[in-house]
Amino acid sequence: MTRRYSALSLFKEGLAGQTGWKQAWRSPEPKASYDAIVIGGGGHGLATAYYLAKNHNIARVAVLEKGWIGGGNTGRNTTVVRSNYYYPESVELYGLAHRLYEGLSKDLNYNVMLSQRGMVNLCHSTAEMEIGARTVNAMQINGIDAELFSPEDVRRVAPIYNFSPDARFPVFGGIWQGRAGTARHDAVAWGYARAASRLGVDIIQNCEITDFIIEGGRCHGVQTTRGAIRAERIGMAVAGHSSVLAAKAGFRLPINSYALQACVSEPVKPILDTVVLSPGAGVYVSQSDKGEIVIGGGLDRIPSYAQRGNLPTLETVIAGLLEMFPIFGQLKLMRQWAGIVDVVPDSSPIIGESPLPNLFLNCGWGTGGFKAIPAGGTLLAQLLATSKHNDISRPFDLDRFASGRLIDEAAGSGIAH
Amino acid sequence: MTASRLAAGGSAIDRSRPIRFSFDGASVDGFAGDTIASALLASDVVVVGRSFKYHRPRGIWGVGVEEPNALVDVGGPQATPNTRATTEPARDGLVAKSVNATPSALTDRNAFLDRFSRFIPAAFYYKTFMWPDWHMFEPRIRAMAGLGKVDTDWTSPGTPDQINHHCDMLVLGAGPAGLAAAKLAAGAGLSVTLVDDQPKPGGSLGHRAGEVDGKPAGVWIEETVAELAAGGHLVLPSTTAFGIYDHNLVGLNQRHLDGRPDTMWRVRPRHIVLATGAIERPLPFANNDLPGILSADAALVYLRRHAVLVGRRVVVATNNDSAYEAAAALAEAGADVTLVDIRRDGTPVAPAKVRLVKGRALASAKGRLRVEGVTLDDGSRLDADCVLVSGGWTPTIHLFGQARGKLAWSEARAAFLPGDPVDGISITGAAAGAVSLSEVFASSETAVASLGRTKAAAPRSTGVEATDGIVAAWPMPGSKGRIWIDYQNDVTVKDVELAARENFVSVEHLKRYTTLGMATDQGKTSNLPGLALMAGITGRTVPEVGTTTYRPPFTPVPLASFAGPRVGELMAPVRRLPLESVHRASGAVFQEYGGWLRPAHYGGRGADAERSIQDEAWRARQSVALFDGSTLGKIEVIGPKAAEFVDFLYYNTMSTLTPGRCRYGFMLSENGVVFDDGVLVRLDEHRFVVSCSSSHVTAVHARLEEWRQDRFGRDAVYIHNATSEMATLTVSGPNARKLLEKLELGLSLDDTDLPHMAIGHGSYAGDEVRIARVSFTGDRSYEISIRADRAEPLWAHLRQAGQAFDAVIIGLEALMILRAEKGFIVIGKDTDGTTLPHDLGSEGPRSKRQTEHVGRRSLLTEEASRSNRLQLVGLTVPSGEAPLPTGAHAIRRVDGKLKSQGFVTSSYQSPTLGRPVGLGLIERGAARHGETIEIQHLGKIRTATIAAPCAFDPAGERLNA
Amino acid sequence: MQLFPCPFCGPRDETEFHYGGDAGNARPDGADVPIDRWADYLYLRSNPKGTAREIWVHMSCGEFFVMERDTLTHKVLSSTALGGEYAA
Repeated sequence: MTRRYSALSLFKEGLAGQTGWKQAWRSPEPKASYDAIVIGGGGHGLATAYYLAKNHNIARVAVLEKGWIGGGNTGRNTTVVRSNYYYPESVELYGLAHRLYEGLSKDLNYNVMLSQRGMVNLCHSTAEMEIGARTVNAMQINGIDAELFSPEDVRRVAPIYNFSPDARFPVFGGIWQGRAGTARHDAVAWGYARAASRLGVDIIQNCEITDFIIEGGRCHGVQTTRGAIRAERIGMAVAGHSSVLAAKAGFRLPINSYALQACVSEPVKPILDTVVLSPGAGVYVSQSDKGEIVIGGGLDRIPSYAQRGNLPTLETVIAGLLEMFPIFGQLKLMRQWAGIVDVVPDSSPIIGESPLPNLFLNCGWGTGGFKAIPAGGTLLAQLLATSKHNDISRPFDLDRFASGRLIDEAAGSGIAH
Repeated sequence: MTASRLAAGGSAIDRSRPIRFSFDGASVDGFAGDTIASALLASDVVVVGRSFKYHRPRGIWGVGVEEPNALVDVGGPQATPNTRATTEPARDGLVAKSVNATPSALTDRNAFLDRFSRFIPAAFYYKTFMWPDWHMFEPRIRAMAGLGKVDTDWTSPGTPDQINHHCDMLVLGAGPAGLAAAKLAAGAGLSVTLVDDQPKPGGSLGHRAGEVDGKPAGVWIEETVAELAAGGHLVLPSTTAFGIYDHNLVGLNQRHLDGRPDTMWRVRPRHIVLATGAIERPLPFANNDLPGILSADAALVYLRRHAVLVGRRVVVATNNDSAYEAAAALAEAGADVTLVDIRRDGTPVAPAKVRLVKGRALASAKGRLRVEGVTLDDGSRLDADCVLVSGGWTPTIHLFGQARGKLAWSEARAAFLPGDPVDGISITGAAAGAVSLSEVFASSETAVASLGRTKAAAPRSTGVEATDGIVAAWPMPGSKGRIWIDYQNDVTVKDVELAARENFVSVEHLKRYTTLGMATDQGKTSNLPGLALMAGITGRTVPEVGTTTYRPPFTPVPLASFAGPRVGELMAPVRRLPLESVHRASGAVFQEYGGWLRPAHYGGRGADAERSIQDEAWRARQSVALFDGSTLGKIEVIGPKAAEFVDFLYYNTMSTLTPGRCRYGFMLSENGVVFDDGVLVRLDEHRFVVSCSSSHVTAVHARLEEWRQDRFGRDAVYIHNATSEMATLTVSGPNARKLLEKLELGLSLDDTDLPHMAIGHGSYAGDEVRIARVSFTGDRSYEISIRADRAEPLWAHLRQAGQAFDAVIIGLEALMILRAEKGFIVIGKDTDGTTLPHDLGSEGPRSKRQTEHVGRRSLLTEEASRSNRLQLVGLTVPSGEAPLPTGAHAIRRVDGKLKSQGFVTSSYQSPTLGRPVGLGLIERGAARHGETIEIQHLGKIRTATIAAPCAFDPAGERLNA
Repeated sequence: MQLFPCPFCGPRDETEFHYGGDAGNARPDGADVPIDRWADYLYLRSNPKGTAREIWVHMSCGEFFVMERDTLTHKVLSSTALGGEYAA
């Protein structure tokens, strides 16, 4: 049986007809109890289980997934990885994630295809350039790689952009992060699942939470479609469905769930070598390794749990895309979908103990959870293992809404992440 | 070989109109009515492309949207990469190039990759390329991936139309089921829109035998379509329904054969009939991807519609009855046909001139660049230049799935059929599993009858009826050789087995891990065989494995169709001043500010622009300046509770304002953050005018309405947004009053009658004007509001009268300098989304106000009381230095690390002061006046000294000078 | 494209409407409102998966109203003018 992934093992398996590979992760029957339960088999949940086992030697862990792992926003996002944030608290959080991503393929022995091809946030006016400067300076002070791009710099990284004099969204410059890029979203979920499973974590799919086991005012486990499962530490990382579980646990969250759409064109040969975001057009775009143009835009405007695309937002996003890149007018839309994202008033995540003791939260990532997966997992794992915040997660506790100490990137930098 | 054009026949082609186009550089002849695919087949061009991963040679498989192989880049003005040759009409002069092949499909130099296929199975890339680093390998992988090429010289052929359309019944598919449904619905008095993706309606009736109401099928089709058109119903050929969205909105993409870009239709029907037919599946055998292996039904279409005989020595392999007609027709047309039927019993009788081999399946095909023969599962061999296969039919239920219709597995039909009905949608014909024409017509009759309106009699089939008799022939685990499931993405049986071995057994994992069904054809021929194979491997039933989610679009749709006319300014329209043309004539350079197009300054670009701005700001302080402030918000609040209302909306108490006076104040959000600032005018006891920032008018109006309706009641307050009705022209400077006196506006401008922060009413040329003594420059100022359509003569008069005073017209940039000299803020520039009113020096209402207002409680939180909040300050620089860069941060060092303590929000050279002026938000800034701090911009550090925000005329003497 | 029934204008495209939050989220007045109560009002949301009662505004006519709808199926169940007196 071949366990380790490498060019050599792939070659040997090639000679043997690729028949010696093991399951990427085991699918055991759930046990009656665990040291810790992680609800949600997306990137954050799987990473949490992995880091519980790896960093804290807690391997009697179950990841409970309602459907199939990586099937939520992990498998529906536009795969951008970046840490170009304004506030020091955000920089610490997303910077941790970014650094972990940079070593993730080797750490997991799974190629997540982190492609650091850089990302430019365009500025379309003098006013936006001033905010851009404010943002770049904040990032540099906080130790994040960032440059303020001139129009010529933008032209160098995105020569097919619409630089014509009558462009609706002319380029005054941009905010550049060279270490930003994309990663293969499914591989992140599967890589964590495989690594966690090998450390002893049980990954239970098709296992939906029906209720929480609450005794003496504390959470002691969950009722599921596959029976009761007990644990003294329960983490949940269920993104857009956080409010649904919170209701079962008896509390409310500062979250609205919205559909965030994405779409891809048919695959074409390389034409766009970086990630480009235009706040004016309301579009961010990159080209996948497979050749598809990957297109994302703003949220749908109607709270929803329906994981499906719709026309009004799609039309707006594509109109914006073609304004940015008129030559994409020759391409065709191949696939359109949506994920349900958990939108918080300050657009920052919530990490910390919930109002129900023993139940810990990792939610509120909104449109930006994918890039944070390694950090979300690390921090929730630490909370579950020690009941104590890491300094990095402390500012993101639920208590910030009562204190008023929000971490609102849009308020600070004018850029909604 | 051996595919060829027959001397006669072909219902779709017009032999009087020959055409010629090029494919991979070679000339290809055809006729009007050909598709690229039919013309290529007629010329015996068999290798038309290369597969995505292994660069296997690939030929035409199908005849329509299901085509996985035959993709070409079409050049010219309508250039589109990855065009399906099976649906693209052949045009004279068209230039087509195979995708993913260099230099041509026939001689692709990456063909060697196929020899390494054993080392690069599904998902191999997750297992390698990690050392030393993915970035080492990625550029090469990226260059290999992708199919067609983007033409970087492409220009848009025009703006696509978008059409909104309503009808009683939208029928998708104009085959027998759709035609029957449309006819019945039209007969019942419903307005019908009938849509079909082919240039000619008819569907399978166009190429399969059939007789309706005693007429040949072709005649019945034409009569039915003519009848619909005559009845005023809409028939849209060459149009594909790509999505059913919320509340049954249907998206259609209409192709035009005259070079116009496609049209997108958004159709809102009362009822949808899905008559979308079915798609033929391949059969599993080794090398089943070789060029020359086609869908049996496709071969029949090419024969009957295009008069193309796809081969001379033809093996037809099937597991159902439908291929018998193709076998018979090809034999009739002169081919040597052997029919290999998997079924031992219950087959139809062998057609004339066709050898029938029962109870046998194909084990493998042989050949290199095209099929040369087959081996049966008993080891016997047959030579062939063409192999036709039918693995059964997959109902086209994609749209039903998109509309969240549940599917029901039919073991007998070896297919998913529509399950429980969906509101507003019927599904009929082959899409619903009907086989014979009688069944098809019956299902359409039921669909229309369910609306309770049927009057006309349903069509009757009077000819030979189709039968099915399918015996499933799914790909089997452990099969020998390489058996393709997904042709375009190169997914074989072994890949599905590998996925299962590695626990990717969920159908969605299977799809993502192997890329099965993720190609441009979205798995129309591959999804069902793939999941049936997974079922076989894992010992589950097909419905237990389930299907992946059906997502739009059904077929790829041009991006331009979605954008439609939203191009350029129509993408995001700007708001324009009533006097825009007048300003342009004055040499104004316009820029967009908060959605408004406004004069930035009057003259020059680059260094000249900077000189203009400095000159305008300088001259404004010398004598008098004219400024078009029409964008200023003017929202009237009227009613018995108007005073109470504005008190609640503003941070500052406003009910104490005397009629005829103005007061500056903040509006907050409920989180306490300053949302807008501006002057409130009290016209009389129950009537106020809210002057808000130009870019906030819509949002402020919405807020006023929300609180009005949700807290005060409709009868207590009335809100009227008069912003665009009124132009506002500002006269500012030491000579402002003298200039205004020349206009004889019919009111006293004496400072006792019209002091600072008061309003007066006058008239100009018979129109009422409102004059407000408010100042954003610090100089004596008059804001004159007048009907927007009467502003031009007033502006001209002001300019003419101004000549005596050397008046200057100023743009927004000069105004920015003037207001920054005074320390006046711009919300959103000198504040951010965390700024509270006391950060701006307005503490009074927070500590003293006793009445409720928006955001009140949020000003009393722990966070609002934090001692190190960012506060508004002025910033001065050492003598002789340039202005600070806006966006630079004030820094300090904590444990050797830099930390921001605020930032520069506004910064300009002041011509009046002869030095830069700056504003910033700095930690505890209000208490640090006189302190020198370090300012960093893009790595460079300077110093600045904190000062009061106001740098010019701090006593405010110029307001009355 | 969803169709929402404005109580004043009838069914209109979703793009004409703006979401205004949970219906029944009463504002607590006063400087001495307990901070947790104030934070509840400002930030906490029911966000149900299924039937929701929400405040919406039809931007074309400017009227706010209460709409009941299903956030999963997008089926609209009812719409009522604020206060109910103008219900269509």
